[in-house]
Amino acid sequence: MLQVISLLLENKPGALMRVTGLLSARGYNIESLTVARTTDPTLSRMTIVVDVDAVLRKQVIKQMNRLINVLQAADLTEGPAVARELVLMRVRAAMESRAAILKEAEIFGARVIDSSLEGFALEATGEAEKLDEFIDVMRSYGEIEVTRSGTVAVSLEPRKLRLSSPVATGTGTKSQSTTGVLNG
Amino acid sequence: MSNLMSGAKILLECLAREGVDCIFGYPGGVTLPFYDALYDHPIRHVLVRHEENAAFAAEGYSRATGKVGVCCATSGPGATNLTTGLVDAMMDSIPIVALTGQVTSKLIGSDAFQEADTFGITRPCTKHNYLVKNLADLPQVIHEAFYLANSGRPGPVLVDIPKDVFQGHYQYTPVNSIHLPGYKIHLDGHAGQIRRAAQMMWEAKRPYVYGGGGILASGATKELQELVETLDAPCVLTLMGLGSLPSSHPNFISMPGMHGSYAANMGMYDCDLLIALGVRFDDRVTGRLAAFAPHAKVIHVDIDPAEIGKNRTPDLPIVGDLKRVLSKLNKNLQELAPSMQETNSAGRREWWSMMRGWQAEHPLQPEFSTDEIKPQHLITEIDKISGGNAIVSVDVGQHQMWSAQFIRFNEPRLWLSSSGLGSMGFGLPAAIGAAFARPDKTVIAIMGDGGFQMSVPELGTIASQGLPVKMIIMNNGYLGMVRQWQELFYNNRLSSVTLDCFPDAEKLAGAYGFKGRTVEKPGELKAALDECFAEPGPYLLNVKVTPFENVFPMVPAGGAINEMVLGPVKPVTA
Repeated sequence: MLQVISLLLENKPGALMRVTGLLSARGYNIESLTVARTTDPTLSRMTIVVDVDAVLRKQVIKQMNRLINVLQAADLTEGPAVARELVLMRVRAAMESRAAILKEAEIFGARVIDSSLEGFALEATGEAEKLDEFIDVMRSYGEIEVTRSGTVAVSLEPRKLRLSSPVATGTGTKSQSTTGVLNG
Repeated sequence: MSNLMSGAKILLECLAREGVDCIFGYPGGVTLPFYDALYDHPIRHVLVRHEENAAFAAEGYSRATGKVGVCCATSGPGATNLTTGLVDAMMDSIPIVALTGQVTSKLIGSDAFQEADTFGITRPCTKHNYLVKNLADLPQVIHEAFYLANSGRPGPVLVDIPKDVFQGHYQYTPVNSIHLPGYKIHLDGHAGQIRRAAQMMWEAKRPYVYGGGGILASGATKELQELVETLDAPCVLTLMGLGSLPSSHPNFISMPGMHGSYAANMGMYDCDLLIALGVRFDDRVTGRLAAFAPHAKVIHVDIDPAEIGKNRTPDLPIVGDLKRVLSKLNKNLQELAPSMQETNSAGRREWWSMMRGWQAEHPLQPEFSTDEIKPQHLITEIDKISGGNAIVSVDVGQHQMWSAQFIRFNEPRLWLSSSGLGSMGFGLPAAIGAAFARPDKTVIAIMGDGGFQMSVPELGTIASQGLPVKMIIMNNGYLGMVRQWQELFYNNRLSSVTLDCFPDAEKLAGAYGFKGRTVEKPGELKAALDECFAEPGPYLLNVKVTPFENVFPMVPAGGAINEMVLGPVKPVTA
């Protein structure tokens, strides 16, 4: 069973590597990773799917939270959350199987986004396991080419986002910023 | 009236605003504009002989003062040479800021001359790092770097600056405020948890304080002493924590762990409450985790939440700055004292008699001989001269462990040791940094003959700056600690640990223009040390010691902390 870590981080060069470095330094592979800007363009939302045991995952998430560019890292594995993935697929199909392919696509809730003499381009979203089945089924009709987006996930419970306030600069200052609480 | 300033001058302006008085560095092609601006600037630049030593010197400066140490290197090889020092500072949570030059922005990624991906290479070596692409960002970044280095859990921060950013001009206005929304520092421990900790402390029969580098980082030494005295608990200090409590304090036991004293480790094994303060349960302290403090509840106080539960799950975690947490904790202890102090006082008296028994049974005892200088003999003689007042910078290996066992410290920040990373070649450059930071103090660098030979180029820095560093080489002709492990665990097959062809110390020092000497007879040691310390300038004292002495007690790697090897198992034949 794979696990999902969701991060809110600053949209800055190198931020991605800081996060993934904590996994690669331990020799852990990333199963999937998506990252995109949020409604606030200075921030990105990242979803990582990994296979890391619970104790180590907790430790790694703490270390992710320690990164300066990370505003929040959370484990969505246990809590209430929804996760979805997108598949784009090109399927080459002989004329006689085209109708059957469209029928199967409908069953999986996939949409046709391009149609040509060679076959179709299809788009499907869903949980990763469901998409595995969809891909298997389509493979039985002919040659396919698949691109998966990787999982994106959103927590279903509100999380408090703790952010630090500005601090003054200057000689010898070791003034330490206090932490305020915002709703995120 | 426009106030256009070059990037190099803006950088110096920001450094001055951060109170920087001294930079350890080595110039190169892309840092030329910076060094040109530095030429007539009041900030002092110390030219070291290798960039790695610039980082170590910055660490020495910081370890001796608590201030941010600053080092500087050029792009490519200059920056890659800094990395060992950065990782060293990372492991020991030492605040340093490293400034590196980078090739001109347009050339980045083109395999330009002396180009390396410093930002990428140093990412896991630093608490945070920056590549400054726009001059406009430079002041902000510099102030962020200093703030990050010396707040929260301290650590190294690197700022990589392309040549064109140094050369560009910009309307400089001081940056008075920085904002790092994701940088979360938890300073005040949870009040309820602190209250509960105080109760647990009074309820314990065998409380045991295990203090580390976090106490020094937080400046919580007075609070620690108050806690230890209020509770009248035995206190052990890790390699990083030495000096947090004066060595002469009756409650101070010694360092625990692999080469800790018998009493310190037996106390760890038998305590019923382990009060872990600013420590990270390092494997060199705990030995086999399952057998570490097996009967104890654990209170763990640390500013870094990621340290809590990393190696040992505490019964009571407190995330916060030790100075603040301990001062509240001490208040709580005082409040609870009238009702709780006597609860387990009989148990605690018994605890002390156990501790004193262990101390008497197997004290840390130096070896002496009339034929040859025992390494422990040398260390105790140095200790006598220091009297707990000198700054002692050590390298890595046997001499480091003996120094930790036998050298006393009356105050914090006198003990400089590459503890987590164990970087050989640290001792001498760190002493250089300390000599600039604390000109009022005697600075002693104790090194093995291995580590010293990694630092020989810095004799040039010492000579040119006229630094009165007392360099003492504990010379056993071997990479002693590796040899010890080969003897104990690899059937004494001494593979590549012999360091023959050591240079003549008197001639070597003389070649640099200062005094040096070699001693090998126990009867000559004291006079040689007196001469070394009487010399107003630098002095290189090469002390030939027993080659096959081993550091004891020893908990073999992965062993249980109460299963120590207390002394030689069998006579050693070379």
